[in-house]
Amino acid sequence: MAKYKIVHYINQFFGQVGGEEKADIPPEKREGKVGPGLAFTKALGDECEITSTIICGDSYFGENMEEATATILEWVKEEDPDLFIAGPAFNAGRYGVACGSIASSVKNELGIPVISGMYIENPGADMYKSDVLIVETGNSAAAMRKAVPVMAKLALKILHGEEIGSAKAEGYIPQGVRKNYFAEERGAKRAVDMIIKKLAGDEFETEYPMPIFDHVDPAPALKDLAHANIAIVTSGGIVPKGNPDHIESSSASHYGEYNISGIDDLDSTNFETAHGGHDPVYANEDPDRVIPVDILRQMEKEGKIGKLNDYYYTTVGNGTAVASAKKFAEEIAQKLKDQNVDAVILTST
Amino acid sequence: MKLQLGYIDINDIKFDKNPRIENGVLYVDPDALVASVLQDELIKDAHFEIAKPGESIRITPVKDVIQPRVKVEGPGGVFPGMVAKETTVGSGVTHVLRGMAVVTAGRIVGFQEGIIDMSGPGADYTPFSKLNNLVLVIEPQENFKQHEYEHAARMAGFKIACEIAELARELSPDETETFESPTIKESFENFPGLPRVGYVQMLQSQGLLHDTYVYGVDAKRIVPTIISPTETMDGAIVSGNCVSACDKNTTYHHQNNPVVAELFKEHGKTINFVGQIITNENVYLADKIRSSDWSAKLAEYLSLDGAIISQEGFGNPDTDLIMNCTKIEDKGIKTVIITDEYAGQDGKSQSLADADPKANACVTGGNANEVIHLPKMDKVIGTLDYVDTIAGGHQGSLQADGSIIAELQVITGATNEMGFNKLSAR
Amino acid sequence: MVKEIERAGFPVVHVCTVTPISLTVGANRIVPAVAIPHPLGNPGLERDEEVKLRRHIVETALAALQTEVDDQTIFEVK
Repeated sequence: MAKYKIVHYINQFFGQVGGEEKADIPPEKREGKVGPGLAFTKALGDECEITSTIICGDSYFGENMEEATATILEWVKEEDPDLFIAGPAFNAGRYGVACGSIASSVKNELGIPVISGMYIENPGADMYKSDVLIVETGNSAAAMRKAVPVMAKLALKILHGEEIGSAKAEGYIPQGVRKNYFAEERGAKRAVDMIIKKLAGDEFETEYPMPIFDHVDPAPALKDLAHANIAIVTSGGIVPKGNPDHIESSSASHYGEYNISGIDDLDSTNFETAHGGHDPVYANEDPDRVIPVDILRQMEKEGKIGKLNDYYYTTVGNGTAVASAKKFAEEIAQKLKDQNVDAVILTST
Repeated sequence: MKLQLGYIDINDIKFDKNPRIENGVLYVDPDALVASVLQDELIKDAHFEIAKPGESIRITPVKDVIQPRVKVEGPGGVFPGMVAKETTVGSGVTHVLRGMAVVTAGRIVGFQEGIIDMSGPGADYTPFSKLNNLVLVIEPQENFKQHEYEHAARMAGFKIACEIAELARELSPDETETFESPTIKESFENFPGLPRVGYVQMLQSQGLLHDTYVYGVDAKRIVPTIISPTETMDGAIVSGNCVSACDKNTTYHHQNNPVVAELFKEHGKTINFVGQIITNENVYLADKIRSSDWSAKLAEYLSLDGAIISQEGFGNPDTDLIMNCTKIEDKGIKTVIITDEYAGQDGKSQSLADADPKANACVTGGNANEVIHLPKMDKVIGTLDYVDTIAGGHQGSLQADGSIIAELQVITGATNEMGFNKLSAR
Repeated sequence: MVKEIERAGFPVVHVCTVTPISLTVGANRIVPAVAIPHPLGNPGLERDEEVKLRRHIVETALAALQTEVDDQTIFEVK
């Protein structure tokens, strides 16, 4: 049986070229294993072979990222390995970022599985953990002896095509990425097992640790309402009749921007809801129940507010990922700035 | 309350002029059943199809899945307040057609009906791909009102399930199982050394097309109450629900509640399963506050040590879930919650709309936003016309070659929050 | 969404029914709405009454926008 081919990426220090004074060396490729590659070869056993080692200076990589990445990708492509190992980088910041960056490129551009290893506080860990499996290591090269077996075990699992277990079980840094898998037991059984452990005071592992939501300082209050341009933004999915931009009823992938200048009142003939999360009848009967165009137009005419902005922005909150909502909001905020909006009424259903 | 379930195994379904159950085969007369469905004047047309495990069949849009059951001993009848009289059920003997279901499908009610694939990758995600399904495809009259049609479709499914279940009344079951839920006094006497555990079930109740019925009562009009788990086995709770297919509880789920089943398995061994509390998920904040206060009050009243809380749906019901969890924890009762996630197609977003550190024991049914590719099936029961607009679908979900690229949301029962499936996320 | 728009410097008032979610996600000016399917309306009311109710909620929202706040604040519709 042919051995699994592995390409190993290390820096100038572990490549035994030199210390900081050699951090500016461009990437070079050597046949076979170098430095920590010896320990990996031993831990991985007979079925694997490190066929080449790529050594690059940390500063060089950081300052010439594009060029270095292109060169290295070319070499890796030629070699066509079964796995790419970067590091471990321990707590070396530039080395960690280089490992994460090159591993991410190899994975995404060549489709070759990758692993790396870093200390949890290495900035590279935070930057690349969601994309690359990064084994958690100690903070200095002294932890090499502990790190190698964990990385080797994970490497073999990947090479054998085995199911990768949880971050805790396999020793990698939690990726912060939710991935579906089929568990051994059904959910109700897992819940009963969990309550039994929780009641007994035994250790249990939640399947979803609660997120922590960050907060923003309040913006200063609106000073001059009578001259203010007020814009409406809604996650209630009110769209022109027929939903011209096909905003999805759930998990919206985009938002709508619609001109309401000259419209005094929304009704069932001109607007409707695209929202799939609840009973749409009431919003369809009178879309002002979700975005109060009628009232704001009245107040504009009465001079109570300066102006109702010509455009309103709409999406569907239902099942829409927080990251998408965030992206929409950033784009919308820019447009509101461009239109000299002073304050925003955001309605949700 | 003591209920014996007698399981009649159904391994195949065939059309035949002479309806009967023989050697594990259910024979039904489609013409007679269609005539029965058409008694409702809102329904213009109907027909039946059979879908078996492993066949290259896609059923969509799926409205409900129902298991035929018939009460053979004891008070009341199956689906009290809907089909049978309101008499309290949950005791005596009930026969269950195991291994099959009635699936209602056809022209869409809301945005939110789902897909059942009988083979291929989609089949792994829905429990209903493992059943022999008798599919009722309904065509409503023109100019129907959404909620009237929803009612007609719902009732047609129950009616057909009951008519079929009648065939099993006189049969002797392949297997029987007995469940007994205690009175409060008995619950203290039976297993004094074991922790008292209850089940808090949240019922979807957000509006006309997002409802659940308890003994025929719209669940948004209830205050939380105590129900015997054996009552739910007799169809005391039914779905009238069009939320995202992946995490709505079909009537089949209510009849075969997995939390109830797993709690009974441990009952008397590691825990003392004391009872079930049902509560709702309404659209008014006042209701959310009242209902979560009451569920916590009832949990305390039952002197629970622990509670499992199951959710239905997502979005603002996440708040009901968190309110139930924190208020019950505040009573000194330990909780485990069962939910599912909307973490984005890339899995990088926050999974829930609301959160609290007290919810430290959570079981997940998986990320409903994860994208799946469902290959073309040889046969479609129902219509593919709505694949792009059902929740989880998007413009272009339906590919030119008949395959579908969509979020897991579209698959009926895929991320069930009663923990019906093995799917999880990490 | 509220948070990102506010981050860009606009005062934002969030009119929503489920104020606990609004608090969790970090809105700073919050006005409670009527119900999820109809936050600024009530189909149970006569048309005139309903418009009056909506105007009242909008006025509360505008008042919230004109109020300096240090922390998350719920402005009840009186």
